[in-house]
Amino acid sequence: MNTVAEASLSRKVVERASTGQRTRDLMFRLALLASLSMGFVVLAALVIDVVSDGASKLSLDFLTSFPSRISPENTGVESALIGTVYLMILCALFIVPVGVATAVYLEEYANRESRLSRLIEVNIQNLAAVPSVVYGILGLAFIVRGPLGLGPVLLAGALTLGLLVLPVVIIVSREAIRAVPSSIREGSLALGATQWQTIWKHVLPGALPGVATGVILALSRAIGETAPLLVIGAATFARFNPEGITDRFTAMPLAIFEFISDADTDFRAAGAAAILVLLALLVVMNAGAIFLRNRYERKW
Amino acid sequence: MEATSAGAMGAPRPDLYRKRTRRSTGEAAIRYALLAAALISILTTTGIVISLLEETVKFFGHVGIGDYLFGTKWTPLSGGRSQSFGVVPLVFDTLYLTGIGLLVAVPFGVGSAIYLSEYASPRVRKTLKPILEVLSGVPTIVFGYFALTFVTPTILKGLGLEVGSFNALSAGLVLGVLVLPTIATVADDALGAVPGSLREGAFGLGASRMQVSLRVVFPAALSGVVAALVLGASRAIGETVIILVAGGQTTNLTLDPAQAMQNMAAFIAAASRADIPTSGPEYGAIFAVGTTLFLMTLLLNAISIRFVRKYRQVYE
Amino acid sequence: MSEERAERATEPEGATPEVVGAPVIQTEAKGQRPEAGRRNTIYELDDVGVSYGGVPAVREVDFPIYENEITALIGPSGCGKSTLIRCLNRMNDLIPTAEVTGKVVYHGQNLYDDSIDPVQVRKRIGMVFQKPNPFPKSIYDNIAFGPRVLGTKGDMDEIVENALRRGALWDEVKDRLKANAFGMSGGQQQRLCIARALATNPDVVLMDEPCSALDPISTGRIEDLMFELKEDYSIVIVTHNMQQAARVSNMTAFFTVELDADEKHRTGRVIEYDDTEKVFTNPSDERTEAYVTGKVG
Repeated sequence: MNTVAEASLSRKVVERASTGQRTRDLMFRLALLASLSMGFVVLAALVIDVVSDGASKLSLDFLTSFPSRISPENTGVESALIGTVYLMILCALFIVPVGVATAVYLEEYANRESRLSRLIEVNIQNLAAVPSVVYGILGLAFIVRGPLGLGPVLLAGALTLGLLVLPVVIIVSREAIRAVPSSIREGSLALGATQWQTIWKHVLPGALPGVATGVILALSRAIGETAPLLVIGAATFARFNPEGITDRFTAMPLAIFEFISDADTDFRAAGAAAILVLLALLVVMNAGAIFLRNRYERKW
Repeated sequence: MEATSAGAMGAPRPDLYRKRTRRSTGEAAIRYALLAAALISILTTTGIVISLLEETVKFFGHVGIGDYLFGTKWTPLSGGRSQSFGVVPLVFDTLYLTGIGLLVAVPFGVGSAIYLSEYASPRVRKTLKPILEVLSGVPTIVFGYFALTFVTPTILKGLGLEVGSFNALSAGLVLGVLVLPTIATVADDALGAVPGSLREGAFGLGASRMQVSLRVVFPAALSGVVAALVLGASRAIGETVIILVAGGQTTNLTLDPAQAMQNMAAFIAAASRADIPTSGPEYGAIFAVGTTLFLMTLLLNAISIRFVRKYRQVYE
Repeated sequence: MSEERAERATEPEGATPEVVGAPVIQTEAKGQRPEAGRRNTIYELDDVGVSYGGVPAVREVDFPIYENEITALIGPSGCGKSTLIRCLNRMNDLIPTAEVTGKVVYHGQNLYDDSIDPVQVRKRIGMVFQKPNPFPKSIYDNIAFGPRVLGTKGDMDEIVENALRRGALWDEVKDRLKANAFGMSGGQQQRLCIARALATNPDVVLMDEPCSALDPISTGRIEDLMFELKEDYSIVIVTHNMQQAARVSNMTAFFTVELDADEKHRTGRVIEYDDTEKVFTNPSDERTEAYVTGKVG
């Protein structure tokens, strides 16, 4: 016999759920919320930890002094900060043309079904999953030594980081290009423009906000990377600023690494301060990306 | 080739044929330039493979491949007799650290995803989801600092656990926090892809939200959730800096999380900074480990893609 | 509206109708026919209105729904029929911007009372949707889902078989219960959804345009099924198909959109509610007549 009918056809037709079931539902919901809150709690703990350790060391002197091996009071991040900024610029000069060109090729020129296109696409997918340290090995073997033989210099670092984040730029640019409606292309072509003229004058400008956001995010990732730079042999301690692209250099993540590897808590505090500088830089970049996205994003 | 003769009706026939003008050669050149850019991605992969293989092959000239794959003593940087290249402890430590990380990242990540997808109102979602994005943007060196200077001394020692200054537990836990946003985001996408009509049907039968989430939505999205986990594992296996900073320099074949541990990526970074001659086996070891790591992540990536394709539920 | 209500001999509002005899225990007796002329009311809609984000969709819905009958809700698109039927099992709760006013009285209880748990409501009232929505599970697991969620004890195989028999699907699927439900045709999937709703042994089955996505043959089979189900369940159906409403239902409510008193909004309202035969052959309102004769909408 169907006990459902028995249980429910009583005077009070619609009953409350059993307390057991209700408790279980509530507990489940709370457990899920706790999971989500965990991320928030850790983030907060991290920020508080870094700020409390390093805020006292932040000063203009800190930004304009070279690091010191001897005295944690006089140490600074000038060389690392300059190095990071140069890296970012050089990296952008590499990833923007190459990344956008690849995206344009795949979206506008390539035959989607051809083996070559699919090979390129699979490649990009796989490259996005390769650990950053392997990119360091690539840089070491081909750019620092090997065929290019540049040595552990700015250009080498920028190219290595560029190859690391290139898949991000390609993927984001492709989406931005795809979002431009085909009616715009058709209109241009119908007026007699060539394919490239259409892309250069209509498609790329339309995709620009999306591409810019993607590039900024890629650069944020690039300047936060430590492993590839360690492997290619970039310095973690430098008392000079790089002058040209073939100069040796250090960068913020490397300087931070050097500081926190020291057993002295004062130097570690300098590491925390350096982290704050790096985070500030990242916040500015990401805020810029969000601003760009909100202000210029086109809803087609 | 140019048809300039007037047609029978008197009007000149328009010349529609493809001309070799400067403009069209320019177009062709552009196409090839773009293709060249696109080929850089293939060049990159080729470069990675060559750079790894060349030295790895040389390495196996010094060290037998069997000794490498099955040896249980990993002391590549030691001098003289105690130098040994058995990679088993290194691989074990890598997997062990990843395991600790996943123990944190999987339940919290999937839990977050279920909450965001099935419980949170659109407004709550808009406020909370960015937290995950921020977390995924934190540079790994910062996580390393956090593990070394906060998790180890304050949390672990605060809980009374006896751990070394460098220990696997600390590194593994923070590794989990690093990977959590990846798992949460991809799982959330997978859950969101389940059509609303399935939820409606389940609610219509009198199921509670918990029952709808666990018995209908989650099973339907399973392949996507598994893909999220595999992606997270892949990320964790290749992580360098957190382990380098907080896990230590020694490779221990042990199950004790209070011990220091090093993973493959951290070894590569540490060894490449050490002063070693490029001719010796120590140098080659860096590349051999690199090859091993590369193959492992490639395999995981392939599994993730295959899995999604094979088990994706057909909704329509 | 009020004249119509005075004409019918219905239960006084609020009384809990007792079927003749002791509190019913056995399923067979559920559909025990009252004496001729006496109908039991299972729903009493009391000035029910729904708005989405402040904008009213349907208002002043006020009529009873009778046991073991098929009640059809007809009218042009956008008049609030689907909105209204979703009030009968509190499915509108799932839409964050929806607000429901008035009372939906079911066997004497207002379903929208604060003390009522919507999940419990839906255990007694089944629903079939416009587009078949089987779960991506086996046929067996689709049917078993409801009883399992309910915590029903008993032989699940038997429960599944009973549901499939009542849904007129058993003979077609009895040899492939473990097959995935998506392998079935659209018509079969919809009958599966009906059987799934029946598996929890509900009191009422709500159907929101159940045949609009199906071919005529499947539609016919489901209409036949509705006649059979009428014996044991009460059915409320929203339909655009007037022939279907005329063929199948006992009572029909005609909805249309009307300009509000403040002349600003157009909201859905019930214009006429009567025996189906009367609505289709001799409607009281000219708008009803225009609709059912095909002049409009």
